[in-house]
Amino acid sequence: MKIGSRALLLILQNAPVILFLVLLVVFGLMSDRFFAFNNFRNIIIQAAPIAILAIGMTFVLLTGQIDLSVGSSMYLTACVVALYMPDMPWPASLFAVIALGALIGAVNGFAVTRLGIVSFIVTLAMLFVLRGIGMWLSNTRTLMFPDQILTLNRATVLGIPSAIFAFLVVFLCAWALLTQTPFGRQVYAVGGDPDSARKAGLPVSRIVFLCFVLAGICAGIGGFVSITQIGAVGPKYGDQVEFAAIAAAVLGGVSLFGGRGSVGGTVFGAILIKTVQNGLNIINADPYVYPLVTAAIIFLAVAIDGTRTRIIERLERRTIRPLQAV
Amino acid sequence: MSTLLEVSGLTKSFFGVTVLHGVDFVVRPGEALGLVGENGSGKSTSMNILGGVHRPEAGTMRLDGQAYAPQNPKDAISAGIAFIHQELNLFPNLSVEENLFVDAFPRWNGLPFIDRRAIRAQTEAVLHEVDLDIRPSTPVARLSQGERQLVEIAKALSRKARLIIFDEPTTSLTRPEVDRLFGIIAKLKARGIGIIYISHALEDVLAVCDSIAVLRDGHLAGAGPASEMPIGRMISLMVGRSIDTIYPDRQTAPGKQVVLAVEALSQPGVAEKISLEVRAGEIVGLAGLMGSGRSELARMIFGLDRFASGTIRVNGQPLDDPTPEKAIEAGIAFLTEDRRGEGLLMDFTIAENTVIASLDSVAGPLGILDNKRIASVSREMGRSMHLSTDKVEETRVKHLSGGNQQKVVIGKWLRREPTLFILDEPTRGIDVGAKQEVYRIINALTARGSGVLLISSEIEELIGLSDRILTISRGEIVAEFNNRPFDREAIMAAATGQRAWEGASA
Repeated sequence: MKIGSRALLLILQNAPVILFLVLLVVFGLMSDRFFAFNNFRNIIIQAAPIAILAIGMTFVLLTGQIDLSVGSSMYLTACVVALYMPDMPWPASLFAVIALGALIGAVNGFAVTRLGIVSFIVTLAMLFVLRGIGMWLSNTRTLMFPDQILTLNRATVLGIPSAIFAFLVVFLCAWALLTQTPFGRQVYAVGGDPDSARKAGLPVSRIVFLCFVLAGICAGIGGFVSITQIGAVGPKYGDQVEFAAIAAAVLGGVSLFGGRGSVGGTVFGAILIKTVQNGLNIINADPYVYPLVTAAIIFLAVAIDGTRTRIIERLERRTIRPLQAV
Repeated sequence: MSTLLEVSGLTKSFFGVTVLHGVDFVVRPGEALGLVGENGSGKSTSMNILGGVHRPEAGTMRLDGQAYAPQNPKDAISAGIAFIHQELNLFPNLSVEENLFVDAFPRWNGLPFIDRRAIRAQTEAVLHEVDLDIRPSTPVARLSQGERQLVEIAKALSRKARLIIFDEPTTSLTRPEVDRLFGIIAKLKARGIGIIYISHALEDVLAVCDSIAVLRDGHLAGAGPASEMPIGRMISLMVGRSIDTIYPDRQTAPGKQVVLAVEALSQPGVAEKISLEVRAGEIVGLAGLMGSGRSELARMIFGLDRFASGTIRVNGQPLDDPTPEKAIEAGIAFLTEDRRGEGLLMDFTIAENTVIASLDSVAGPLGILDNKRIASVSREMGRSMHLSTDKVEETRVKHLSGGNQQKVVIGKWLRREPTLFILDEPTRGIDVGAKQEVYRIINALTARGSGVLLISSEIEELIGLSDRILTISRGEIVAEFNNRPFDREAIMAAATGQRAWEGASA
């Protein structure tokens, strides 16, 4: 019985990974095009924008806050690049996107930490405000991007496609920041117990503020990578992407209550979601079932996670007297 | 003899009410000062001044002969003063080593990265000093309460604390953990660290401290070496009169009717064939160490935990597969040991808390709540419980003292006129005066014919209140004491698992 429960625990603990492996096998059996190097490279490229956004979201979620504005933030920054910087070299556009994203994050962070407004409300308002500004600036037209940005999609760095390279850079920076720096560990402390963090003299407001800024920056970068891939941006661009980012993070084990999760998990979650969509595409599934399947997988992973917590609690329950051998 | 901390003439008032009137005390290096007093006697205020949270209006503090006037908590930390609070300030989601350095991580070669090797080495060193054999990378979530407390002490040591203040450190510890803590405190003293030990558990204070200072209403009521401060003297200094009878007399005798009959209740690893009976108007004390299964038994009877076999009858009616809902329906009330977590809605008012478990009774036609009725029943409850305030509709429960909170929980249950009241640590963390009030209420309960199952860590309390005492150890009832006067030593021996006392009852 002991060994059985251990095995069960091991399965539950790695539920998303097992889910992922099962999906690989299923898609692989259904189509021989699925297991191809190029296909996996495409999955990562497609996952890059969402993964970058979700990495930024991870910081905010770790502090126990939420940022619903990242999708609209993507849209507004794209509009600014298309409308006002058509002749600028791409690094200037990337810089502008990062700066604008950081500014949006700073406004969110200011409203949450200084004005004391709940982040759900602040960023929900921001979601509408940013999209409103973008639609006003663009007159809701579809905007085209200049060649110097579109060619980036085919560019490589050290033989790595640019989207994957950007994704790797953001991932490594975020990972180092969260696991290797005082700021990162304090993010976990603030999310784990804000009261204790305050008592321990941690700059709680500054940490939360910075996490919103990071989410804004990631929204800018993720949006930029996405622009290079699609080339044109309409008024629906980035719509509901915030939920995909949150879903990726949660799928990767980030707690919405703060203090638990990792960027590695988040990246895994983003790739898992894209793998599902890619697999459905390859087996020629009806496009209308995509959201249903994605939702089912998110629901399954999170439900398993909940069960896992309960089972761990039960297994680790203190016993007062030795269990009699049965 | 040298002094580490010298406090003299400390005076402080809030909103014109003086809460400290020129309090003096001294802590010497390598000695423990016990600070006792009822809630509101000024203990917390003086510690908050020491910790830099408040500033005194008059009086001086000297640390190692130097004037000490902290402006904020950081000043206190850098002066070498550390607090170990009842509620620990650790982050369960971080590792032990990260917790030790979370507010000041050492940097790696001046880069903005954490110097992992340095924090590991330093953590290992201080963990060794508190005899805690765990890896520094262990997440705090995996540690027991006692281990977490040792981590807090290690944290104090890593900051080179010279004075460590313990505030009710033993309330959530098991007996072996308490012994271990006391051993560590002795070690700290041997290293020349000064200790201030604050607790309502006067036996613990005597066991740990070299000298004792008693506060009452913001005055120093008395002070002296521990050898000249027996518990009786401490109590009389605390309450300002001598108390021979802290336990009020019972006016009524237990009845005949069995209100609770538990038979052969078993759950692997938790309980083994537990049988007991409680009669109407009877107080049955359940003695046992923390971790003996006493709270688990209460939780099983109330339907919070499952059990594998056995039966529970309330008023002769079997309670099958109990859930809290069924248990309440059957007439059981349960005061949990964790009133903050389980008993009260802290942000709600007294009135709201009073009626929350019996909303139907205060609803008018169409199920709309009758606020006037809520106010009147709550006020009535407040009066019968001797609450400190009658502003039941305005006062939020979190603003009440521990004793008054406990009265609200009890009052809330009494509205349902329970036939059996299970009280788990009803006086934990509340002061002597409030305890006496709770005892009076328990007696009033039995006078109304309720049976009481009383769980307490304080054997004196069980002896003072109970008609019968059962002793539980490792999930088994190991002894039953049926007649007063109870033999304190025998109960203690049975609770600590010495089976020789089995059948000591007449």
